Amino acid sequence: MDNARLIELVRQVAGHAGELKNAIPLTLVIDAATLTQVCERLHKNPEAYFDMLTCITGVDNGTEANTMEVIYHLYSIPFHQSLMLKVIVPRENPEVETLTTIWKSANWLEREVFDMFGIVFKNHPDLRRILMPADWDGNPLRKDYKHEETYRGIKID
Amino acid sequence: MKDQQYIYKESNLVDSEPNKFDASKLKSEEMIINLGPQHPSTHGVLRLEVLSDGEIIKEVVPHIGYLHRCFEKHAESLPYNQIIPFVDRMDYLAAMNSEHAYAMGVERMLGITDQIPKRVEYIRVLVAELNRIASHLIAVGTFGLDLGAFTPFFWIMRDREHILRLLEWASGARMLYNYIWVGGLFYDLPVGFEQRCREFITYFKPKAIELEQLLVDNKIFIDRTAKVGVLPLNLAINCGATGPMLRGSGLRFDLRKADGYSIYPELDFDIPIGEGKMGAVGDCWDRTWVRVREIHESLNMMQQCLDKLEGDYKRTREFDPQAIVPKKIRPQAQEIYVRAENPKGELGFYFRADGKSDIPFRCKVRACSFVNLSILPELCKGVLIADLIAILGSIDIVLGEVDR
Repeated sequence: MDNARLIELVRQVAGHAGELKNAIPLTLVIDAATLTQVCERLHKNPEAYFDMLTCITGVDNGTEANTMEVIYHLYSIPFHQSLMLKVIVPRENPEVETLTTIWKSANWLEREVFDMFGIVFKNHPDLRRILMPADWDGNPLRKDYKHEETYRGIKID
Repeated sequence: MKDQQYIYKESNLVDSEPNKFDASKLKSEEMIINLGPQHPSTHGVLRLEVLSDGEIIKEVVPHIGYLHRCFEKHAESLPYNQIIPFVDRMDYLAAMNSEHAYAMGVERMLGITDQIPKRVEYIRVLVAELNRIASHLIAVGTFGLDLGAFTPFFWIMRDREHILRLLEWASGARMLYNYIWVGGLFYDLPVGFEQRCREFITYFKPKAIELEQLLVDNKIFIDRTAKVGVLPLNLAINCGATGPMLRGSGLRFDLRKADGYSIYPELDFDIPIGEGKMGAVGDCWDRTWVRVREIHESLNMMQQCLDKLEGDYKRTREFDPQAIVPKKIRPQAQEIYVRAENPKGELGFYFRADGKSDIPFRCKVRACSFVNLSILPELCKGVLIADLIAILGSIDIVLGEVDR
C-alpha cells in the first residue's frame, strides 16, 4: 500500500491526521481520543495489517511548548511498511489509552514511557515503574528534571 | 577526614524494589521464589519473582533496572560523535553491530549515506559479522552452561578469544570498540588483517561444526530444550519478538534482507529459520539452532567481504577512512527512526534533531533484549522451574541492553 492510501485509511477513522514533514518513515499526528480506534483499524485491516508494534517513544517538548508526545512505531511485516503515529498530550496530567489490548509488546514499552515521562496509560494491566526503583521521585527524561542530591541517605555523586 | 557519606537509618533499608505479589495473600499451596539479581543463570543482574505451585510456575515477574545507566539522558547532553562509546556499552557483546546501526542513523540524518566509500562499508560489515559470531558463541555457550553442559563454554571462550584479538588488533579494544565512526572508521584495517581473518575462518569452520555436534545435537541438550518454551509465530509477532526469537518461530524475516541496508544486498546469504526438527517449531532448541546456523552464514559473508576487500576495494595509499567524517555534526530539524539487525534482534534508534545544536533533542533506543525479555512471562506459564532457566537462556538477553 502506498502512503497516500495509508493516510486516507487513517483519516477515515481519525477525522484528521496531519502528515509531518522531515520525518522518516511516514509520520501522522492524530488525536489521543482516536488512538485506539486507529490502531485497531490498522491492525485488523487486510490492506494495512500492521502486525508489529516495534517501539513506543516518549518525547518531552519542554516547559515552553508545554506538551509531550507519544510516538508509536508500527511495522507491517507482509507489506514491509513502517509508520509512526504521534499523539500530543499536555504536560500536566498526561493520559493516553493503552494499546496492550491490540499488541502485547505495548506492555513493557508503555511502562517505560510511564516511568520516564509520567504519562499514564489508561487501562494498562500492570502500570508500575520498570527501570527506576519503585520509590523514585520524578520522571528522569522530562526536560525540567532536577537531579537528586541523595537517595535514601546515600549521596549521589 | 571526609564527611560520612552513608547514614544508616531504618527507613533507608526499605525495599526499593518490592514484589508484585503480596506474600500474605497467597493461597496455601503457592509460594514466591526469588531468582537473582545475583544468580549465574540470569545472565547479569536480572531478578525474577516466581509465583509457583510446587515445581509448577504460575507467574513470572521480571524486575529489571539494576544496570540502568541513563543512556537516553546522557545522549541528550552529548554531541552525536561522543555518544558512540555509550552505544558500545549497551549491548557490550555486540558493540560493533550497535555502532553500525547508530552510525547509519546519524549518516541518514546528515544525508551522507551515499558518499560512504565502499571499502568503509565492507570493513564495517566484516567487523560486524565477526562480532555477530562472538555474540552468538556466548549465547550458545552460556545456554549450555545454564543447562549443565560445562565443556562447550570453554570451547566457545577459546574460539571467541581469536575474534576478540582480531578486533583488538583493528580497534585497540577487546569489547568496547568505538571503531565505526559517523561517516567512516577510526582507522583502516591493519596490514595483514585480511590474511589473519581468512586463517581464522579456516580454523573456525570445523570448530563450529564440532560445537554443533557437541552441544546442539547432544541427547541431553535436546531433551532439555525440545518442546520447551514453544513460542507460536502469531504470539511472537504480537509480542514484538525479533532476531533469532522470531526466526526460531519459523518466519524468514531478517532486516539485513528486508531493509537491505549497507552492502548486505550485494552479499549472498541464507536466513535460517526454526523448522521444529526436534519437536515443535519455536521451541528453545530451534532458537539455539538458528543461532548456530547464523554463525555459518556469517562466516560465508565474511569470506565474501574479504574477497572484495582484497579485490575491488583493496587497500591503497590514498584511502582515508576518515575522509568524509564530518567535523561538526549538525543535522537539519527532523525525526527519524533507523533500525538494523543485531545478533539479538532489531536495534532501533529514534532521533530528533532541532537543527540548532550538535546534540540530539531526543535519542531513543529500541533495545531488542528489552522487548524479547518481555515475552518471558508469556512463555513461562505452567512450566517447571528448571525449564524457566532453559527458556531464559534461549532468549539470549544482555542486561546492559535491557536496562540501558
